[in-house]
Amino acid sequence: MSGVGVKTAAGYIAGLLFGLGLAISGMTDPARVLGFLDIAGAWDPTLMFVLGGAVVTTFIGFRLVFARGKPLFAGGFQLPSKQELDAKLLGGAALFGIGWGLSGYCPGPAIASVGGLTMPLFAMLVAMGAGWFLARELSP
Amino acid sequence: MDWMVSLQGLVGGVLIGLSAVWLMGAMGRIAGISGIIGNLITQRPKGDSAWRVAFLAGLVSGPLLIIAVGGGLGNVADAPGAVIGAPAGGVPLMLLAGLLVGVGTGLGSGCTSGHGVCGLARLSARSMAATGVFLIVAIATVYVMRHVIGGGV
Repeated sequence: MSGVGVKTAAGYIAGLLFGLGLAISGMTDPARVLGFLDIAGAWDPTLMFVLGGAVVTTFIGFRLVFARGKPLFAGGFQLPSKQELDAKLLGGAALFGIGWGLSGYCPGPAIASVGGLTMPLFAMLVAMGAGWFLARELSP
Repeated sequence: MDWMVSLQGLVGGVLIGLSAVWLMGAMGRIAGISGIIGNLITQRPKGDSAWRVAFLAGLVSGPLLIIAVGGGLGNVADAPGAVIGAPAGGVPLMLLAGLLVGVGTGLGSGCTSGHGVCGLARLSARSMAATGVFLIVAIATVYVMRHVIGGGV
């Protein structure tokens, strides 16, 4: 297989694992997500288990991977180098939080739910794409 | 508390973690959905798009595979075993929410996966701050929508 073929296969495996994880955990159900965020209602702890399982697995796995020094199919690790807690980061996170709280969709679950496409989900995805373009326009 | 529901959450979370570890180990990339897909559609980076398209295909096919396998492996709150839940509102609400999620994750350089999973696992100060902010703001938003306005979403 060519370099592009290997990278494409690796990308597909990563996406598939991610999609399987979202589906099995129930994160493809906005009601589960909103139930977690609704701390004054009938609180649903599921998202806490999802995030906990994901962060602990990634915490351990990243250390094993970084210890190897270099990825299997690329020249090096591409990690964010920025350190500042600037207004763009925190303001962006706040806007995202409003949208997440209104819909129960963050980008992964919204896209992974395409198999059960509805008009509201379609609207969400189109608007999210438009938002990504807008963010680029707003960025220096 | 329903332990089976929580266990499925944990298993799914571990799979998401394995996805992040695999993408870093194989490609040296952060498994952040808004970064991978957002950059794909806004920039179509030359020589760096094929794996993003493949990731997108995998992300969409994961839930479809669970549906195809059957056996009620999904974890939808109101429909045990179902895989994909219904949207929490109509088209106007989702247009507003989608725009905010897109602009916010674009400006904030990440979402629940890039900041919330990979960033926290790297102990990144920026990701910890971003995750704290979007979690608190999302909780406040749900509180206002459900308990102040009270109409429910």
